[in-house]
Amino acid sequence: MKYFSLCVALFLISCGKSISPVDSGLENKIFHFGNGSEPQGLDPHIVTGVPEHHLITALCEGLVIANPKGGPNLPGVAQSWSVSEDGRVYTFNLNPQAKWSNGDDVTAQDFVWSWMRILTPSLGSQYPDMLYYIKNAAAYHMEEISNFSEVGVKAIDKKTLEVTLEQPYSFFIKLLSHYSTYAVHKDTVLAHGTIDDRNGEWTRPGNFVCNGPMQLKSWELNKKIVVEKNPFYWDIDKVQLNEMHFYPVSNESTEDRMFRAGQLHVTNVVPQEKCPVYLRENNPYLRIDPYVGTYFYRINTLNPVLKDKRVRKALSMSINRKQIVENVSQCGQKAAYSFTPPGISGYEPDTAIPFSPEEAKALLGEAGFPNGEGFPKLEILFNTQEGHRKIALAVQQMWQQYLGIQVELVNTDWKVYLSREMIGDFQISRAGWIGDYEDPNTFLDLMRPNRGNNKTGWDNYEYDALIELANSQQDEVKRYEILNKAEKILIDEMPVIPIYTYVRQYQLSSDVQGWDPNPTDTHHPKFVSLER
Amino acid sequence: MLQLIIKRLLVAIPVLIIVASLTFFLVRLAPGGPFDSEKAVSPQVLKNLNEAYNLNAPLYEQYTDYMTNALVGDFGPSFRYPGRSVSEMILTGLPVTLELAFYAIIFASILGLLAGIVAAVKKNTALDYIPMAIAMLGICMPTFLLGPLLVLVFGINLEWMPVSGWDSLPGDKVLPAITLGAAYAAYIARLSRGGMLETLNQDYIRTARAKGLSEFKVVMVHAIRGGLIPVLAFLGPAIAGLIGGSFVVETIFQIPGLGRFYVEAAFNRDYTMILGTTIFFSALIIFFNLLSDIAVAIFNPQART
Repeated sequence: MKYFSLCVALFLISCGKSISPVDSGLENKIFHFGNGSEPQGLDPHIVTGVPEHHLITALCEGLVIANPKGGPNLPGVAQSWSVSEDGRVYTFNLNPQAKWSNGDDVTAQDFVWSWMRILTPSLGSQYPDMLYYIKNAAAYHMEEISNFSEVGVKAIDKKTLEVTLEQPYSFFIKLLSHYSTYAVHKDTVLAHGTIDDRNGEWTRPGNFVCNGPMQLKSWELNKKIVVEKNPFYWDIDKVQLNEMHFYPVSNESTEDRMFRAGQLHVTNVVPQEKCPVYLRENNPYLRIDPYVGTYFYRINTLNPVLKDKRVRKALSMSINRKQIVENVSQCGQKAAYSFTPPGISGYEPDTAIPFSPEEAKALLGEAGFPNGEGFPKLEILFNTQEGHRKIALAVQQMWQQYLGIQVELVNTDWKVYLSREMIGDFQISRAGWIGDYEDPNTFLDLMRPNRGNNKTGWDNYEYDALIELANSQQDEVKRYEILNKAEKILIDEMPVIPIYTYVRQYQLSSDVQGWDPNPTDTHHPKFVSLER
Repeated sequence: MLQLIIKRLLVAIPVLIIVASLTFFLVRLAPGGPFDSEKAVSPQVLKNLNEAYNLNAPLYEQYTDYMTNALVGDFGPSFRYPGRSVSEMILTGLPVTLELAFYAIIFASILGLLAGIVAAVKKNTALDYIPMAIAMLGICMPTFLLGPLLVLVFGINLEWMPVSGWDSLPGDKVLPAITLGAAYAAYIARLSRGGMLETLNQDYIRTARAKGLSEFKVVMVHAIRGGLIPVLAFLGPAIAGLIGGSFVVETIFQIPGLGRFYVEAAFNRDYTMILGTTIFFSALIIFFNLLSDIAVAIFNPQART
């Protein structure tokens, strides 16, 4: 027993303090990145999540890259571009130095082939609609045409790409920083499968070829993915990091402890219960950045009671959003009075949702439910997560108090929640939407009739026509004016109840430089460095 | 002995088939599908995805295809992780989970047996009450509480141990092994105490003492053989439980084991991954139970039928 205790003690002491990854990372220029969950994969045409977004931003590059400080996209593979007078034809001049990580030239034909790939129906990509703005792209994906040469993308020469749109979508350049529009290396993809092979092994270390500032070094499932500087990257002089290590830490508390122990430079999130504490303590590592996302409640407008817009407005006007962000979510979120987050690409929605229990009560009375009498019990559907439950509890309490109606909370597993939302088996459901690119269209398009993500049954054709009209405008000011009109209709009709605008809350080591807040939370590795 | 092994193996086949069949149909009955996501999937895309994974075929056809392939060890591609096969993912996570379980059971056995034997020999003294009270605490304390507590003390406050990881930093296997093994150590302590107490009252022990053997020899040579039978019987299911139940510890310590794949597969409705891991864990449980029965049979001749 004595010897055993001695051995344990010696072992523990021998483990003593060792240099932390953050400290050694400073010397070796290795960035340790808390990346949420294990990525589905690295094929930009297949994957859909945020962890994948972080990795693909490091490994690949599109025609343009997101601006690290927010605002207009910056040149990526395309060093410049021009737009025809009618706003429909974009000509991209590719950087002569742009190369794949195996040294091959990145060509215009690579983009043509890659866009054909993502639009190939049998690939089963979940993001083909990002390219639907291109002439005949939707028709090709829907198998209405079979000849890809009819799609509005062609290689004029090795380094010139011409894209023809269905109509002059002025936000087209903005969506090109999304990874689904990136090119993939044709020979590598085809060496490991066919054009529509979802399960090809071309994304494995040793096989993977892409054109970003980093290249894939190793991938240990559920442990970490290591990427290293790509010597063939066209802007290699700007890249200061030697390696980035991405850790799939799905448990928020574990990630928090890893950060505190110096194992991570940046975390994916801050545990919800810790955020108010860190705010109170003025934790110097806590970062709360703006984010293009809205937390809202979806209303099933096909429900006999909820189809009355007075009821929907009453529900919305009796929610005290300020109280929710200050006392419930408590992590710097902003109360939302529009569906589109304010300030996105200079767009300021001119809408208001007053917190007015009296007016709400009156509206409910007009709808035939004075003091909530006769109002059937409402259900709020949400997926299992403490944050959603707390907000639902607050809303339940407000509706019961101000409107006198009974509200039941329905807490389900994520997939059950999604499936119920999809088939319309809900009355009110919690929802969130993070913009794919920095433009109000990524939000307002959602609520058009027949959009898969609308899910409310609300089909307002005046709204639809306004969005269509806005999309055809080349003048940004005029376009935003029209979008504002559409937004007003949306808020007046209230098929969705905006609650708050998301923020990105995470912890960042003070060693990290060049990590600027930006609304799409895109941090291109070439702008990031480590210094103390 | 051989008869026992053959009998157990023959029973294992229908058990595995029943487990696989039940799992196959139950996961398909669960609401939600593998391709549901917050960004709605258009009907066209869903159709293409279902075609890509043979989910549009009639259910009986999917079932027969799956079972035929599973028989030769092909559990199909993961729905969640395109480009990865279920077998590959199991084989990636398994060595880690086995290693973690191994360290945990070694820790549990050493600590549990020491405490149990000492408690039995020093019955009704402080050396009995204290370890048994700690054992009771160990049984009651869930891993999701013990793990973070150990991390806070040894990882963050004392900075002796890494707070997470596996094979990345020196000493990163210590805290997970202790966390996972603690509850089992407690069980083993209680079981070995009970077994030893019963054995120490047997006539042959009295005879051994009457022969003038030292107390150490009586305990470690004669009593231990009979006293440890309950522990041996417990070890088989315990190892299987350690392997199947390491999810929490793997999550707390960021360990790339099989448990995380298993639980996440259920949340993601990754049908093939759920099936593959369920069949695999079932086979492991059967295997370790068999090992445990063999060990008991070796120590206790009465159990050899």
